[in-house]
Amino acid sequence: MNTKQFKLFTMSSVLVLALLGISQIAGADDEIQMIFKAGDLSLQKWLLADKPPVPKHNYPSHERIELGKKLFFDPRISRDGNMSCATCHSPMFGWGDGLPLGVGYKGKILGRASPVVTNTAYNSIQMWDGRKRDLEDQATGPMEASVEMNTDMHAITKLFSNSGYKKLFDKAYPGEKVGPATAAKAIASFEWTILSNDSPFDNWVRGDETAMTKQQINGFKLFVDSDKGNCSVCHSAPNFTDNGFHNVGLKAYGEKNPDMGRYVQKPIRVLKGAFKTPTLRDITLSAPYFHNGEASTLMQVMDHYNKGGVTKKDLSPNIKEIKLDKQESEDIVAFMQALTTPPVPFDLPILPLD
Amino acid sequence: MKYMNILIALSLFLFSNTGFAEEHTVGQKNKAFSVKQIKIKKGDVIHFENQDPFFHNVYSLSDSTTFDLGSFPKGESKSVTFNTPGTIPVECAIHPNMYMEVIVE
Repeated sequence: MNTKQFKLFTMSSVLVLALLGISQIAGADDEIQMIFKAGDLSLQKWLLADKPPVPKHNYPSHERIELGKKLFFDPRISRDGNMSCATCHSPMFGWGDGLPLGVGYKGKILGRASPVVTNTAYNSIQMWDGRKRDLEDQATGPMEASVEMNTDMHAITKLFSNSGYKKLFDKAYPGEKVGPATAAKAIASFEWTILSNDSPFDNWVRGDETAMTKQQINGFKLFVDSDKGNCSVCHSAPNFTDNGFHNVGLKAYGEKNPDMGRYVQKPIRVLKGAFKTPTLRDITLSAPYFHNGEASTLMQVMDHYNKGGVTKKDLSPNIKEIKLDKQESEDIVAFMQALTTPPVPFDLPILPLD
Repeated sequence: MKYMNILIALSLFLFSNTGFAEEHTVGQKNKAFSVKQIKIKKGDVIHFENQDPFFHNVYSLSDSTTFDLGSFPKGESKSVTFNTPGTIPVECAIHPNMYMEVIVE
């Protein structure tokens, strides 16, 4: 096909698609033309794998997942015996805590929101500031932090030696020393199972034309259009995060001594006040939003981005005023509502007492 | 004859690469560097070119070669001269999965 034929072919394709009422837009995160038709090949990059990558040194066996689940819900891990992982990462709040800022040891209000656990196993970097590489590494963080669980490591090793836990550890990690590090691996295995990858949007991408409403499809178009929502520049396929760091211009960054975020880990100018892009999957279950809970609703989030952020100092170069009208903002919110996998009943574990 | 030899020697110097820095281009496309590793000579220059439709950064915090090229959009490039031998890790601060190594010989 020569250049003239190619141009003719392209123009014809656009005309045919236009006649069929199907539009195509180059995504904000890449230049591949997307065709907004259920099941279209161009959309498939938005589907997550059924299971996240398997950690090289911690295969998530059934025994490890079951042990990790008990540990995740066991408040005795914290120094005061009143705070489990699930206190801040609760299935009742979309694996977050429903609070603007996390609450730690002795009720101390922490500096950042509790990040949701959902789909973190798909991510290549953990925590709001990326200071942990994987879930195994991350799981010990809150235990070690004096302002969070403030765990007495000697006491939990004793707890793990009770006959119930000992049996579970022996099954899950035969021959390995029982202690905080093994517990962290088991917790990571459990977190590996906390997934959202079967939402109405996923079904629409797979080919179910009825899975999303017209408004939600329009919201998706706006979401990926770099001249409109420009959302996918950061909330990119397939987990709606680029595993990247951006200063999105929150109000709090304009205050005295703001949280510098990723910059503390990597002193590079563009990282001043930058935080990791959170996934948007199951986003309706985990309000409030942003790393400090600054927005209560998704419409407030849209208002924030319509203005291109509040604090312009050190603003990410990938953030701009998107200036959508009310209907367009509502369409994107409707689309984000299609990213929630319908919750299924969750069985709480029985914890070993002795 | 003497002048002829000088002329030949001068030509060889001028037209050979010996003693001259080479220039290399590394692209940033689909949130990845176009190469994972590149071997260059001391004094060579690498042009980092953003080919993605959004901003990237390029930096290194290695002991021997520290730089931060800031952020730049599609179509723009920024350059670094590598003057110290060694293996230099290079990353995009915005997208930390973007990682490569420059081996300076």
